Amino acid sequence: MQKKKQNKSYDRVMFNLISCLVLGILSVACVIPFWLVISGSLSKQQSIQLYGYRLIPREFSLDAYRMLFKIPEELLRAYGVTILVTVVGTGLGLLITSMAAYVLANRNFRYRYQVSFFFYFTSIFGGGLVPWYIFNTKYLHFHNNIIALILPILVNVTYLLILKSYMMSIPESLYESAYLDGAGDLTVYFKIALPLCKAGLATVGLFIALNYWNDWYNAMLFLDEGSKDLYPLQYYLNNILTKAQAMNAAAARSGIPASEVPGEPMKLAMTVVATGPIVLLYPFLQKYFVKGVTIGAVKG
Amino acid sequence: MYSGKHPFLHDLHKNRTKWLMLVPAAVVVILMCYIPMAGIVLAFKEYNYHDGIFGSPWAGFENFKYFFKSGKAWLTTRNTVLYNLVFLCINTFLQITCAIMLSELAGKKFKRVTQSVMFLPYFISWVVVGAFIYNLFNYEFGAVNTFLKGIGAQPIDVYSNKRAWPVILVIVSAFKNVGYGTVMYLASIVNIDGEMYEAADLDGATMWQKIRYITLPCIRPTVVILFLLAIGTVLKGDFQMFWQVTGNNPMVLDVTDVIDTYVTRSLLTLQEFGMTSAAGLYQSGISFILVLIANHIVKKVEPDYALF
Repeated sequence: MQKKKQNKSYDRVMFNLISCLVLGILSVACVIPFWLVISGSLSKQQSIQLYGYRLIPREFSLDAYRMLFKIPEELLRAYGVTILVTVVGTGLGLLITSMAAYVLANRNFRYRYQVSFFFYFTSIFGGGLVPWYIFNTKYLHFHNNIIALILPILVNVTYLLILKSYMMSIPESLYESAYLDGAGDLTVYFKIALPLCKAGLATVGLFIALNYWNDWYNAMLFLDEGSKDLYPLQYYLNNILTKAQAMNAAAARSGIPASEVPGEPMKLAMTVVATGPIVLLYPFLQKYFVKGVTIGAVKG
Repeated sequence: MYSGKHPFLHDLHKNRTKWLMLVPAAVVVILMCYIPMAGIVLAFKEYNYHDGIFGSPWAGFENFKYFFKSGKAWLTTRNTVLYNLVFLCINTFLQITCAIMLSELAGKKFKRVTQSVMFLPYFISWVVVGAFIYNLFNYEFGAVNTFLKGIGAQPIDVYSNKRAWPVILVIVSAFKNVGYGTVMYLASIVNIDGEMYEAADLDGATMWQKIRYITLPCIRPTVVILFLLAIGTVLKGDFQMFWQVTGNNPMVLDVTDVIDTYVTRSLLTLQEFGMTSAAGLYQSGISFILVLIANHIVKKVEPDYALF
């Protein structure tokens, strides 16, 4: 008996040790890229050119951030576009999705299976990129149009199904008694379904907002050089990172010669500024995302 | 009054508020999915801008012939399938391992911090991941080469090194997705009945035995189903990842080009509409069949988890 107990605790200690080691290493591996970007953005241009990027800046400097504040117009504009698109897209997307989810969750609605399938089918079959692209540009005139940044990711079938399962968890008797009192569907939706689904709305809303905040794909497809004013944050960052001349051009417009632009740390400072809000908000919002992942995993 | 009519029309009238509430979502889906679906005919046409999708002349299977003869069909299909399978196996293994470790770990604080940190990469955009790659692998200044030079080793030039990319892509995929899947599997482990572990404790089972004989069998259905469903999407590459991480670098396209990046690149640079839509239809057609097969199998194994 004594031996058995010893074995067991030894076992547990070993397991905990290995777990801590493995999880610790993986966590550090996840943090290093973030750390390197921040460290790089706080380095002097010359020391990067001489010694490369490193975990601790060889020469600490705020030059990159100072320069960002000298030429803030484009960055602020991109921020503005992203905030506008995120707010409008999330609000509209949440309203449209939750209305449809309300109807599909309603057990009295005779055609709910057929309509659910109508939505669901789009996630297993599509016409491919090219017809979609041609239709959007030629017939919907998405070219250089801010609607191109909103409409394509407005309704997501997975989120529709998540909200539907949230709404189905509301006791049916609540709906029934409201109907008996003579309430219409809109009243029941606004007064009962929405308030009781706050957690679900928060979760899905955050996922939609994240998609808008991180979107660069639609900007790449539908916006060209001529409509730089419409570039959302991520696509603006993409341009700065991939086109060497983009940053110098931005500086030149403010009368700053290219030679004075600390190119390397500035690329990373831009990255920090573009990612900052997500990383800062993340600790507070994480639990909603965890909930969303859990529900999505159990059943779509 | 409507009793003589078709039941659908009757319902349309009786539940008109409900139907109206469905309209906005349905309009978006029709515009973004169903109408473009009709554009599939483009794969069989010789597209010109003036005549549009439906007015352009028919081309039979010319577009498909062109796509398959270009050699790109086989190359991109192979890359897409191989990458997806490797991602699936490695990520699933890491996700389950992390979930089991997190579920059994004693230290609450350590548990919370590691879980949060590993979930964080899921939330950043692929553009930012592209910046990470630049920061790490840039030949002149990259942190990896700084490190290699520091220990006296030769710096590596990943941008011309074909062997480096499969490794980088696998690591990046794990970096971005392991946290997400860990949260998912952790949820299904937490749902396991605690009494089973208590009974095992009474019988003097070791940690390994509990994992082997309780945890793993209990999450097996979830694993099998997610695995099967992933097989259904094996032809769909994670476009954003491949595009941003490899930066469309022409030197290594042989090992990094997947169907989605090939289609997008051809569309944006060559404006090659007919052939790219043939490639797109090839991809979504086979994907659709694979999803149907996967769903059919899931239905047999675990009917509750079937997609439809």
